Amino acid sequence: MNLQDETRNDVVILYVKEERLDAHNSADLKIAVQKLFEDGKKNVLVDLKDVRFIDSSGLGALVSGFKNAISHQGNLKLSSLQSQVKSMFELTRLHRVFEIFPSTAEAIENFQ
Amino acid sequence: MEGNTIEVDIKIPNKTRYLSLIGRIGEDIAREIERYSGDKETLAYHLNLVLTEAMVNAIKHAGPKEPEKLVRIVISIHLDDLTIRVYDDGQGFDINDIPSPNFDELEDRGRGIFLIRSLMDSVCYRKNCKENILEMKKKLV
Repeated sequence: MNLQDETRNDVVILYVKEERLDAHNSADLKIAVQKLFEDGKKNVLVDLKDVRFIDSSGLGALVSGFKNAISHQGNLKLSSLQSQVKSMFELTRLHRVFEIFPSTAEAIENFQ
Repeated sequence: MEGNTIEVDIKIPNKTRYLSLIGRIGEDIAREIERYSGDKETLAYHLNLVLTEAMVNAIKHAGPKEPEKLVRIVISIHLDDLTIRVYDDGQGFDINDIPSPNFDELEDRGRGIFLIRSLMDSVCYRKNCKENILEMKKKLV
């Protein structure tokens, strides 16, 4: 999976540079997020701007990351969801679980 | 699509790397359905998702591991009726035993069949003499 990371204001931004987040590649994201929290990072933002399609495994990887954040007293938030992707969060009620921001900038501000 | 009927019968290796291929085929079919008056891009996403989830399901329930194993997927549209059948030769499962996700508990798994059920009108999983068939139907109106 193509993941890029950047740190801004103590927030690690993980850019998922894939068109699909599905059962083929979601384990990579799950492991990458897990590693960040294990390495002591507290604030992780997953940016999904390039993701056009998400399936139940992709949602599951993000849920796993969210739980990892809680168990490490950290935060995991999401930004830049395309409308079809966002509708999958709504269908599975996960929009009530995650803090979702329109842009990375707005998300970073919220971490402060 | 000019005609009233289309049937696509595909066999692809039971590997997750082919999920995007089957998903794309579903999207292309959705965009070609002339009779459909709803939002074709939403339908395209939904077919992509349903096919992806069903194929993952078939991979999970596949029989003894053989590298050359294939998943067979049949997509047919007749007038306003869309039917997708996905065949696997594994142990099978009882689809009625699968509960809806508990929205108050954060589970990593267990949303696949829920998504299929949410997006299709009817879903059943049955066994014939040599394989299991996940059959999903939707009225395209």
